[in-house]
Amino acid sequence: MQAAFTAALLDAGHAPPPGLHAADTTERFAVYRNNVVSGLIRALASGFPAVEAIVGAEFFSALAACFVRAAPPTSPVLLDYGAALPDFIAGFAPAAELPYLPDVARLELAYTRAFHAADAVPLATDTLRRLPPERVASLRLQLHPSLQILRARHPVATIWAMNTGRAPLNEIADWSAQDVLVLRPQLAVDVIPLAPGEATFLETLQAGGTLGEAASTALDAAAAFGLGPALAALFIRGAVIAVETSEQDEE
Amino acid sequence: MTAMLPSVAGTAFKPAHFSALQAETTKPGFIEVHAENYMGDGGLPHAQLTALRAEHALSLHGVGLSIGSESRDLDRDHLQRLRKLCDRYQPDSFSEHLAWSSHGGVFLNDLLPLPYTDATLLRVIDHVAQTQDMLGRRILLENPATYLQFAASTIPETEFLGEIAARTGCGLLLDVTNVQVACTNRDEDPAAYLTRFPLQHVGEIHLAGHHAAKDRHGMPLLIDDHGSSVSARVWQLYESVIARIGPRPTLVEWDTDVPDWSVLVAEATRAQAILNRGAGKAEAA
Repeated sequence: MQAAFTAALLDAGHAPPPGLHAADTTERFAVYRNNVVSGLIRALASGFPAVEAIVGAEFFSALAACFVRAAPPTSPVLLDYGAALPDFIAGFAPAAELPYLPDVARLELAYTRAFHAADAVPLATDTLRRLPPERVASLRLQLHPSLQILRARHPVATIWAMNTGRAPLNEIADWSAQDVLVLRPQLAVDVIPLAPGEATFLETLQAGGTLGEAASTALDAAAAFGLGPALAALFIRGAVIAVETSEQDEE
Repeated sequence: MTAMLPSVAGTAFKPAHFSALQAETTKPGFIEVHAENYMGDGGLPHAQLTALRAEHALSLHGVGLSIGSESRDLDRDHLQRLRKLCDRYQPDSFSEHLAWSSHGGVFLNDLLPLPYTDATLLRVIDHVAQTQDMLGRRILLENPATYLQFAASTIPETEFLGEIAARTGCGLLLDVTNVQVACTNRDEDPAAYLTRFPLQHVGEIHLAGHHAAKDRHGMPLLIDDHGSSVSARVWQLYESVIARIGPRPTLVEWDTDVPDWSVLVAEATRAQAILNRGAGKAEAA
């Protein structure tokens, strides 16, 4: 029974399942169908407010309804429903004239993940001053569990800020690719555009590389990269929760 | 004996109301939250709930366990998540629904109906027992708002709920709005339904607004949308229940188009006035 019920809920062209008894089975069944689809559209809208603001509520509902039918949730925890939405948008023909929309959706997904990520206390900025200079290159940093790096082909942090009421809507003069850091050091989520090389630096650290390795990969990516300012920024932003010395240095 | 909610009016908590609730000098009798909204790892939701739990009686209300599911076993991962929440927040009550919401690995995010038969009764009894075993506590099971019935059903809903309570030791969450909605939608008298309801098992009462429409044949079609104030008829039915069994923990739910905190307080105050009038009434055995 529940298999037939489920199939008919997700497909508006499907007749109600057999064995039902009501004044008007089709109309009554439609109440459930509408509850399921509209409830999930609302869940997506709450997680992707900038996407909704950009395309408008009507377009968003139509887009979300297609997504819900193509990829219904697989868990009763809806906090992370929509992980596949950015890729879905990228392949959604009616949204093709907004090539930056998948990037905005990726940023919003990262925002939600940071919002619900595990708590951890960032190290104070004076920790940086107490690091032994001769060993800095061999140190590994443990980054905050909420930290995510997004490499976008569009000025996504700017577009996102303008479409969530955080910045006034304006022409974007410098339309170029943007690397973005998403981080929640305490309770509020920060969305920070990164300088050239910083994304590579953070990715290397996240993968377990030492500060020396991270600085070297970052310099390869962007000649203007400077370890000092990047390291200071990490501590000021509350991105570091522990400093690990390598085993060799422990001797 | 597990903890119990106080027999007073409580308020549903929404994050938008956090500051208003913290500033309130008269606290609500208890607060109720949906368990699934607190299944992230950390951040603001847990910070708020931790602060609120320190000062309020807490009802944890599940909306995703799918107790009415056809499958033999409930979702173990979800039961574990509920266990973790109950261990962390030690709620005074945990409740779920006589409904299903998952099938074949898909979560449908709605409280869907099941036929009432000997076979489904045994399945639900087993699922309630699995839940109570995993959580290490007695749960409350809520009567559903339904829009249609199954030709296969052979057991009246009131009897079905009474059997589950009697055979698992669980309590019942009587949602008076769901009674009004489901009974009207199947052309049954809600007052008559309530006279058959096993009221002795009721550990909490829910009230909510519903949407009143008519179908294309002109028959009433009530929709449980939790998006407006409680109707006069539902208040009347609620008062008749309280007059019979005395005060029970009562919550006014409001989940769509959530209004200002003061509107929720006004609804809770109205429920509390009815509870006060019923205070002298004998408790049901």
